[in-house]
Amino acid sequence: MTSTAKTLDVSVWRSNDTGGAFQAFAVPIQESQTILDVVAWIQQNEDPTLAYRFACRVGMCGSCAMMVNGKPRWTCRTHVQKVISGNKIEIAPLRNLPVIKDLATDMDPFFDKWVKAEGVFHPSKTRDDAIEQIDPTSHERTEADIGIECINCSICYAACDAVSTTEDYLGPAALNRAWTLFNDAKDSGKQTILDAVSANGGCHSCHSMGSCAEACPNELNPMASIAGLKRETAKAFFARRKS
Amino acid sequence: MTDLWLYMAQRISALVMAPLVLGHIAVMIYAIQGGLSAGEILGRTQGSFGWALFYGTFVVAVSIHAAIGLRTIAFEVLGLKGSALTVFAWVVFLVLFVMGAQAVYAVTAT
Amino acid sequence: MIRPHRSHPLWFAFILHRISGVALALFLPVHFWVLSLALTSPERLDGFLHWTDITAVKIAEFALVFLLAVHLCGGLRLMALEWLPWSPRQKTLAAGAVGVSVLISGTFFLQAI
Repeated sequence: MTSTAKTLDVSVWRSNDTGGAFQAFAVPIQESQTILDVVAWIQQNEDPTLAYRFACRVGMCGSCAMMVNGKPRWTCRTHVQKVISGNKIEIAPLRNLPVIKDLATDMDPFFDKWVKAEGVFHPSKTRDDAIEQIDPTSHERTEADIGIECINCSICYAACDAVSTTEDYLGPAALNRAWTLFNDAKDSGKQTILDAVSANGGCHSCHSMGSCAEACPNELNPMASIAGLKRETAKAFFARRKS
Repeated sequence: MTDLWLYMAQRISALVMAPLVLGHIAVMIYAIQGGLSAGEILGRTQGSFGWALFYGTFVVAVSIHAAIGLRTIAFEVLGLKGSALTVFAWVVFLVLFVMGAQAVYAVTAT
Repeated sequence: MIRPHRSHPLWFAFILHRISGVALALFLPVHFWVLSLALTSPERLDGFLHWTDITAVKIAEFALVFLLAVHLCGGLRLMALEWLPWSPRQKTLAAGAVGVSVLISGTFFLQAI
C-alpha cells in the first residue's frame, strides 16, 4: 500500500437476485486492523444490511471464515496489513458452500458430511465403568492429539479442490475428525469409521494436493490424517481378502 | 466401495510398474547410444520370453493404471458420471491393452 | 487456473502428476502402434526410428522421459505419504521428485545426442 493512503479499497461480495456481485467500499485504515474489523466497519457505518457471521473474535469459534483475496482465512485473526495486495482487499463468502446472503454461507453440507464420516464419538462404556486410563505417550494418542485442535471453521473445506469437483467428497475436516476418533482408545467405532471413509466420496477422493494443510489457521494437517485413513483402509482391504 | 477398489487397483498397478519403469528407462538410456534401429531392438527382444513377460506385465499394469487415472479426470473435469463413466474407463483399458498386447507380440514373436 | 489458494508446492506437485499422467496416456497408443509396425512393416518402423535422429525429436523424447520419470517419482512420493507414515517434509520430497526426474531425463538426453 502507499504511505499516503488513508482508506482501503475493499470489494465485498453482495448477494442479489441474479446471484451476486462485488461492491466497493472505502474503509478508513486503522492500526492492527483485522479483516473482520473491516467487515464490521462497513456493516456499522456504510450498509447495515451486510450479512456476515462471527462470534468469539479470538480464533476459537470458527464462525468468521471468508475468502480474502482468493484465499480462505479466519478473518478475526487475519491482519489487513499481512494480506493486502496494493491497497485492495477482496472479501467473498467461503468457497464450496452455498451462500445464504453476502458473506454468510450455509454450513449444513459441511456438518452433514462430518456426521457421514462417522466423525461422532462411539462410546464403549457406561457411567458405571471405571474411567479408561490413557497413556499420553502412546502412538495412537499422539496421532489423535495432532488433529483435535480443529475449530470446524471450514477453511480447509473451502481450500480443497477435491471438494469442488467431487460432490460427495466428505472433505478434509470431517476425515481429520474421523482419523482422531479412529486413534482414540475410548472410541469403539473403528470399523464403522473405516466403512464410512471407504464408501464413495470417502478418503480415496483425496489427491493429496495439500491445500487443506496450507490453509488451516491452526496449522493442522488434514492431508496427513487422510493419508492415515488411506493406509488403514488399505490394510483392512488386504486383511479382509485373507480372512 | 467402488472408490476403494479403484484406489487399490491404482496403487497396486503403480507398485508393479515402479521397477518396470526404472528398467524401461535404463534400457532406453542404454539402447539410444548410437541411434535406434529396428534390427537392434528386435535383436534384443525377438524370441525372448523374459522381455515378453517384462513388457506383457507392463502393458497389463499400465492399461489398468491409465484407465483408472483418466476415469478420475473424466469425472472431475468433464463431469462424466454413471454408466458413461464406466464405459469410458473400459474403452481406455481395452484400447491400451489390445494395442499394447499387439506391440509386445510384434517385438517378441519369432 | 492457478488461483491464490492453489499457489503452493504440493498443488504444483499434484498438477504436474496429473498433466504428466494424461500426456503419457495419450502418448501410449502412438508408442504401441509404432512398435507393432515391427511385425506388419519393418521398413516403416526403421523409417520412424531414423526420424529420432532429428534434434527436435530428441528434445521431444527428452520431454517424454522427463514426464515418465516425474510421474514415477511423484507417484513414489504419494505412495510413501499414504502407505508409509511419511507426512512431514512433503515439500522437500516433491521438489526431490522433480530433481531426480531432471537427472534421469538429462542422462537420457546426453546419451541421445
